[in-house]
Amino acid sequence: MRIPIEKSQNQDFAGIRDLYERHATRKLVWLAALLALLVLATLYSTATGAAEVSIKEVVRVIADKLVPGIFPVAGNSLAHTVIVELRLPRIFLAILTGMSLAGAGTVMQGILRNPLVDPYTLGLSSGAAFGAALAIVLGPVFFGSAFYHLGQYIIAVSAFMFGTLTMILVYCIASFKNLATETLVLGGVAVGYLFSAGLSALKYVSDDEKLKELVVWLMGGLWGATWETIGLIVLPVLIGLLILWRLAWDINALSAGEEVALNLGVNVKRLRIVSLAVCSLIASITIAFTGIIGFIGLVAPHICRILIGSDNRFLIPCASLMGAILLLMSDTLARTIIAPTEIPVGIVTALIGAPFFIYLLIKKRT
Amino acid sequence: MKIMLKDICFSYPSHDVLDEVTMEVAEGEILSIVGPNGSGKSTLLKCMARILKPKNGAVFLDGKQAAKINTLALAKILGYVPQASADVFQATVLETILMGRKPHLKWGVSSNDIDIIARAIQFTGIADLAERRLDQLSGGQKQKVFIARVLAQEPEIFLFDEPTSSLDIRHQLEVLETVRQLVKHSKRTVIMVLHDLNLASRFSDKIVMLKNGRIFASGDPEAIITEENISSVFGVVASVVESTCGPYVIPLRPVGEPVEVAK
Repeated sequence: MRIPIEKSQNQDFAGIRDLYERHATRKLVWLAALLALLVLATLYSTATGAAEVSIKEVVRVIADKLVPGIFPVAGNSLAHTVIVELRLPRIFLAILTGMSLAGAGTVMQGILRNPLVDPYTLGLSSGAAFGAALAIVLGPVFFGSAFYHLGQYIIAVSAFMFGTLTMILVYCIASFKNLATETLVLGGVAVGYLFSAGLSALKYVSDDEKLKELVVWLMGGLWGATWETIGLIVLPVLIGLLILWRLAWDINALSAGEEVALNLGVNVKRLRIVSLAVCSLIASITIAFTGIIGFIGLVAPHICRILIGSDNRFLIPCASLMGAILLLMSDTLARTIIAPTEIPVGIVTALIGAPFFIYLLIKKRT
Repeated sequence: MKIMLKDICFSYPSHDVLDEVTMEVAEGEILSIVGPNGSGKSTLLKCMARILKPKNGAVFLDGKQAAKINTLALAKILGYVPQASADVFQATVLETILMGRKPHLKWGVSSNDIDIIARAIQFTGIADLAERRLDQLSGGQKQKVFIARVLAQEPEIFLFDEPTSSLDIRHQLEVLETVRQLVKHSKRTVIMVLHDLNLASRFSDKIVMLKNGRIFASGDPEAIITEENISSVFGVVASVVESTCGPYVIPLRPVGEPVEVAK
């Protein structure tokens, strides 16, 4: 079917085409700019810290790792150790966590059609916190001395399992109402309260030392980063983000309303199940190691909506990059501002994120 | 493409809505579904669009059962425009219309897609609104955007649920005239749910009148829009006069109420 129009109206076609191309180009430019910013932030963060390392040394060490032999660097130099063993894993953990929280937040806002949701809305943070508390308080009892070697992994597995459990519970509740968004969100709130209660109970019965450890874990921090940790989370996070990105058109269609999305050929129920599951999994797997880092999953998508619009084909990668940059810079600030003491990064993200977000809301052109 | 409904029944958990509705719409025809509130008009349209699955009965598209056609192919056949739209994240007009191309897109937007979108924008006359955000538009402008979106979808059959419900009289005429032009030039089928009997009689080839989930009457406007039918179905005593735009309904009073002195 050709939409029938007069021949004389043809000249405006070029106008529409230009308009579309202009908008698409602008969005791609933003993405490129953010990618460049991330690279700069990485270099800066690697060079910054309690131990002095210059940017030139950073570049040489990284170049040596990528293309060995051309710029040889002494393997046992202080710069090398600091960069490779201490800083780079932590920086990559920040990047991966920031990407996963922001990417998951974007998709959840689109699927639940609610600008106030973040990856924790379906009770994920309460479940993970409960899992971590269970491991910290009861772990040494069950695992004995092994806990002191494997503690980080035991906590991580427990946090991941309970985080995923909240997702399954919320699905079961919402499936009675055919996965309606309202039921998903309210079910998440209820399940969240349940696990919060469990967490409070564990806090109440634990001794001071374990309580401190738990509270510190809950505040969110990236000091546990090792190359082994990165190895565990890098593939699930990247594959998860790719799956979510591939669903961008379907999520776009959902923003036009459930009925229109159905008419456009989107399997709405399956979309909700798959995307919310992937969001929960990638968020879970990162916070299992980092603790509950808030605000990134809420703020990064909103900043990017203002910059780049609501088309998820551009928004998902944009928000992921923004989340990575925000978390990375927050962590760098957290470990340098009162060096050598480190502030838990969750505090920094909230303290910086909140005022910045308020500023954006006020300034936003309506 | 011909669409035929056979014995469609639909119920919500609390009550029955549609009862053995059978009807047929020919190619190139404009059909309006009218009836009182709660008679099942929107539900019937949603069953046609396969947004709701009927409890019994079937929808046939050119003889083939719609239930057997896969959702993506169906998206290229049936274009549905709902009554109200609650958008949470405001898209621009261009992005909204682009959404209509979804059944035809893999990932990227081709030059052909932009061409079709441009045509849809031209046809509905909203070229100067292309960059604006949806929440900045009036009701009439928004409705034209949604029509452009369904045009970009390039379906065989258009299904409009109350396309004129919140529009002023000028926009009502513009929107329905656009629909009429569309059918005249492209020979596609349009089925619309309309509240306004006068607009229905003026702009449709055929009218189906629903009462309590059943088809009370169907035929051309002159035969359907009569004082007896309006009294039986709507419970309203009305005066139907001949006009240059078909039968014109002047509602007088609800059936059973005492006659008042005319104004």
